[in-house]
Amino acid sequence: MSSPEIFESMRTAVIEGRTADAERLARQAVAQGINPNEALERGFIPGIRRVGELWEQGEYFLPELVTSAECMKAALAVLKPELDRARQESVLRGKVVIGTVEGDIHDIGKNLVAAMFAANGFEVFDLGADVKLQAFIDKARAVQADFVCLSALLTTTMLNQRRFMGLVREQNLAGSFKTLVGGAPVTRKWAEDIGAQGYAENAMAAVRLALSLFPQAKERS
Amino acid sequence: MSAAVRPKLELLRPELVESIVEEALAVLDSQGMFIENEEALGLFAEAGMKVDRPVRRVFITPALVRKCLASTPSTITLYDRRGERAYTVGGDEVHFDPGSAAVRILDYRDQVERAALTDDVVNFIRVTDGLDHLHFQSTGLVSGDVPDMVADSYRLYLALLFSGKPVVTGTFKTAGFRPMCDMLTAVRGSAEALRAKPLAIFDACPSPPLKWSNLTTQSLIDCARAGIPSELISMGMTGATSPVTLVGTLVQHAAENLAGLVICQLARPAAPVIFGGSPSSFDMRTGTTPMGAIETMMIDMGYAQIAKSLRLPTHAYMSLSDAKVNDAQSGLETGLGAVLAGLAGINVVSGPGMLNFESCQSLEKLVIDNETCGMVYRLLAGITPRETPAALPLLEAVMRGGEFLTMPHTRQWFRKEHVYPKIADRDTYDAWVASGRKTMNDRAHDEVERLLGSRPPDAPPAAAAAELLRIMKAEAARYGLDRLPPVKGLDA
Repeated sequence: MSSPEIFESMRTAVIEGRTADAERLARQAVAQGINPNEALERGFIPGIRRVGELWEQGEYFLPELVTSAECMKAALAVLKPELDRARQESVLRGKVVIGTVEGDIHDIGKNLVAAMFAANGFEVFDLGADVKLQAFIDKARAVQADFVCLSALLTTTMLNQRRFMGLVREQNLAGSFKTLVGGAPVTRKWAEDIGAQGYAENAMAAVRLALSLFPQAKERS
Repeated sequence: MSAAVRPKLELLRPELVESIVEEALAVLDSQGMFIENEEALGLFAEAGMKVDRPVRRVFITPALVRKCLASTPSTITLYDRRGERAYTVGGDEVHFDPGSAAVRILDYRDQVERAALTDDVVNFIRVTDGLDHLHFQSTGLVSGDVPDMVADSYRLYLALLFSGKPVVTGTFKTAGFRPMCDMLTAVRGSAEALRAKPLAIFDACPSPPLKWSNLTTQSLIDCARAGIPSELISMGMTGATSPVTLVGTLVQHAAENLAGLVICQLARPAAPVIFGGSPSSFDMRTGTTPMGAIETMMIDMGYAQIAKSLRLPTHAYMSLSDAKVNDAQSGLETGLGAVLAGLAGINVVSGPGMLNFESCQSLEKLVIDNETCGMVYRLLAGITPRETPAALPLLEAVMRGGEFLTMPHTRQWFRKEHVYPKIADRDTYDAWVASGRKTMNDRAHDEVERLLGSRPPDAPPAAAAAELLRIMKAEAARYGLDRLPPVKGLDA
């Protein structure tokens, strides 16, 4: 497959939500010696950008958005190690560590937020549900995250968001990443009270918030 | 005279009901259920089930489910606070109660949502108490002026102080059960009396897919032992936390609820259980869970039919709306849900008063919905043949120059055959203009004011009230609250 053809295949694989194809094309690009950043910039990212447009136009619904985000994840899993090996900086936007706080096993909302971040070109580290607070911090430090996103569905587990902010202060990490909180019982006022840097009421708002807090992400896009 | 046909609507063919139940049993057998509660895991192990302890997964055999179904009562009788009026929960009986556990109230004055405070909760309970078609009270509003740790018992405390109706409620923490059970016992006089005449239903929700949390499992066990009916509230969201097809969601729903039923029966055979739910059609655009979606209502009707095939009492979250104010959408969704719940013969229908995806209550909507519920009861009473011939002698009289309006026959039957609304507008245009062009919401607010102004609160006997206060104060003190918020009309 020639380069223009493979980029077009990458784009359509993402748009049509074919995860296995996205992964295969990423491997093929590596095998053909295509620069991973070029595969992203000319293939996968135009695909996910088109998905974003289709979403904005009301053509695409969540299942389409989320499976396209899965395609990005699959392609990145192949391309990211190659970028690291070549010591190249990724063309991606910022890094997001996300999960549902400990004691809480609800993860649908968190999954949507993770998918929206991925669909918007962020690198997402999804720790799952019922995640120990220290595990968020450890991961954020390991990957030098720009954002840590904490989800909580219950009024009881929401209190763990406050505890997390305490841990961040205790470990002197206040400036190293921004903490965003969300979940059914969470409000803007709660976020302010506990000292989080932001609150979003849904997945789309979370991405807009991240972009507003992180201007360099916009520049890189 | 023969009786009326009871209007009824079923959406599933009998063969489909059977295959859904069979598949649910196969799911429990092969995939099992994630159960977070150690005591329940012990009960399953004792019953000879395969328990994967490290991951807390239990595989439940069809034989055990069938045995537990056989020991579950097919009807439950709830009693009001006085222990006099009985309510059958079973068969095709329909009882409406306000949708449960909202944290916000729609303020009539500025039409915005705000956190509910003690006075709002008391008003909510008192308005519900005064509405005839809402048979049960619910702890449908959670007070924001007490700490979260006592929010569950505090709402029950207020419900028992200000209303005589049976209550639909539930715990927010495992330790919440004891004080709440003590309150119910205080009203009844003894644990035995409470068991003989249940006063409350406790909701317990599995977490889809196929999980029962520690809190909700403990609630099932505690309620089973105290003889308090548990309402199983499975709530898959199509395509998000359960299969996207309605039938697929019904299978998962049945599996989750049956696992809950087994937990209750293992804790105490013959424990009262209600097969309920709050599933929803997941909105693939907004990521929300519309309770007013027609598919949500269809799933509710489907699982109610399944529960009836298993001879179980039923519950659903219907007759509520996702609208944010009392507008056309709220009337449309609530009305549709109430009618369909009635036609499906769902025993406990939780919904009136609710807006905004089960998160907000409106006193005005309670009043409006009460009227809707009254229309549903009229519908369910059906068309009754009163006499034969039904019209001939009356027409003969009219032909001789008589008038329907003045006939004794009309006077004899008009109140039995027709219900007359309090809130719905049936005025002529001019009369409507003359009375201030009020919307239904405005007229409902007038009725709220009337109910709160003219009707003294329905208080329990002084000894019971004192005991309720003692329990509540002790519970508040346990979580560092020295004083309860002041309650109008109570000197605490």
